[in-house]
Amino acid sequence: MSDSLPPTWVDDVDASPGSAKPDPVLTVDGVTRRFGGLTAVDVEHVEIQRGAITALIGPNGAGKTTFFNLLTGFDKPDAGSWVYRPLTANGDGHREQKLNHMGAHNVTRAGVVRTFQLTKALSRLTVMDNMKLGATGQSGESMFKALIRPLWREQERQIEKRAISLLERFKLIDKRDDWAGTLSGGQRKLLEMARALMVQPQVIMLDEPMAGVNPALTQSLLVHVKELRADGMTVLFVEHDMDVVYDISDWVIVMAEGAIIAEGVPHAIGQDRRVIDAYLGAHHDAPLTDEEEERQFAEAQEVLESEEQVQ
Amino acid sequence: MNWEGILGAAARAAVGRDAVVFCLAAIGLNMHFGYTGLLNFGQAGFMAIGAYGLAVAVNTIGLPMWIGLIVGLAAAVVLALLLGVPTLRLRADYLAIVTIAAAEILRLTFRSVALRDVTGGSSGLTQFARDFYTINPYSSGTYGLWLVRVDERVAWVLTVGWGLVILLSLMMYLLMHSPWGRVIKSIREDEDAARSLGKNVYFYKMQSLILGGVIGAIAGFITSISSQSVQPDTYSTPVTFFAYVILILGGTARIFGPIAGAMIFWALLSLTNSVLRAAVAPDGPLPGLLSGTQIGQVRFVLVGVSLMLLMIFRPQGIFGDRKELALDER
Repeated sequence: MSDSLPPTWVDDVDASPGSAKPDPVLTVDGVTRRFGGLTAVDVEHVEIQRGAITALIGPNGAGKTTFFNLLTGFDKPDAGSWVYRPLTANGDGHREQKLNHMGAHNVTRAGVVRTFQLTKALSRLTVMDNMKLGATGQSGESMFKALIRPLWREQERQIEKRAISLLERFKLIDKRDDWAGTLSGGQRKLLEMARALMVQPQVIMLDEPMAGVNPALTQSLLVHVKELRADGMTVLFVEHDMDVVYDISDWVIVMAEGAIIAEGVPHAIGQDRRVIDAYLGAHHDAPLTDEEEERQFAEAQEVLESEEQVQ
Repeated sequence: MNWEGILGAAARAAVGRDAVVFCLAAIGLNMHFGYTGLLNFGQAGFMAIGAYGLAVAVNTIGLPMWIGLIVGLAAAVVLALLLGVPTLRLRADYLAIVTIAAAEILRLTFRSVALRDVTGGSSGLTQFARDFYTINPYSSGTYGLWLVRVDERVAWVLTVGWGLVILLSLMMYLLMHSPWGRVIKSIREDEDAARSLGKNVYFYKMQSLILGGVIGAIAGFITSISSQSVQPDTYSTPVTFFAYVILILGGTARIFGPIAGAMIFWALLSLTNSVLRAAVAPDGPLPGLLSGTQIGQVRFVLVGVSLMLLMIFRPQGIFGDRKELALDER
């Protein structure tokens, strides 16, 4: 159970697929993605509440990661659009920005950053360089300015300061000068999350943040994710571990076969008939009787024989 | 055996024209392969287009030499754009295929009969670098130290060549210790991670391809200026692979890698050649064992074997870091 009280907005929201949220930061409409004959993603409408932790769950092959890839510009949809409503710099309002047709790097610059299921630590860069890379708008990233150090030295110092405070928060400060490739799996997850924060995003999308992490570190990662919400960020994450989903999420969206089949608060979602069916199959709790089995076998036999006759 | 002669030849090879040319070519490849992870197998093409840009501009069109140099550099930029636009969004191996083919297409185009009036066909062009030698500050005589003695023309070529090596190495040092270099190295490690952090990967890969290609064109300038001639077959595919050998020998993604690699590679080739020749001479230990042409081939076998030994016992090259190399295996 979450240590903070559940947010009040959830009481006003329908627990139905595609329900409207009071303050959506992302609104997705009619997104489809096909691979040949397979429809991997077919999302009619979904809204992600600002400042909340939303979990995206579903059985294997439900299209969760493909949906992530589409939203972050790593894949292009066959159809559909999504609108991002970031807060303005002074925080008293928000803009509207279409993110479809944007390259991955532009989505990040707009303030929507993601991590990957298979951690992407940049092995032959130091932990500190990994962190500094995350900062956007660096003037030293222009080839010509790069040659003249005074043009970017001050900015580099500011970035380093931010990196140090994040590394302290994620307990990686002792590793700052080590190659990222020497870190353990769990430390890489921490580094990837810390590095994403260097972007100063409004929305952070975590693809299976707890996969392959030992239980002790899972607890620490959970605390970090909750801190993101406390800092005002919107978190959308894909996860298979239901304990994690129950623990930290404010809202759960369930995908199956590319579509969104259910939404709701964490504890209600576990009872939802459609969700249970999606995970376990529609007849999971009704074992076949002997007669039923024989009947099905006879039917199959008939079909086979009739096909042989045709030939 | 005449050890002084043998060592003298090796020392001359270590600082000679070939060493400086391949050092420059390898600095360009280091940008592509060592730092960015781009598989450019057509560095010979960049060298050729630089050399021909200069020679055609001066000889065929009649422009002054300094404009010819600009033409050569501009041609290298255009070639990089042509190669990069279709391939840099694709997987790394597509660039490899396209560059190796493009370098051969360029060589065959330059030597084609149809273009004889422009590029001189298979015999090439000569005498386009007079302006370079007229500003030679060395008066006639011999220059050098110990066993390395060269005339004033070679001294001038080597001064400019190694000067450029120092200048470009310094530039690479500054670039690679900047935020720009950080983005470039992150692309080598994982493109998608770089994109997820807001970096326009395609744009950076293009910059890297252009920069390394322009450095390749500079290597082509030194090749053609030093002999006052361009010939298409100077820029055949093995040139690219020698440059790779030099880069890996010295250590990839190291500032001093190409310099050490080029000096050692050419000294080693000269050393094996002279030792073999001395050994099979009538007064040597193995008189008449090998003919002159066989020596040329056997020395490459020996150099190949020594490179294999290097890769077995020091896979990171001279300046590389073995622990860093091992990170890939985790």
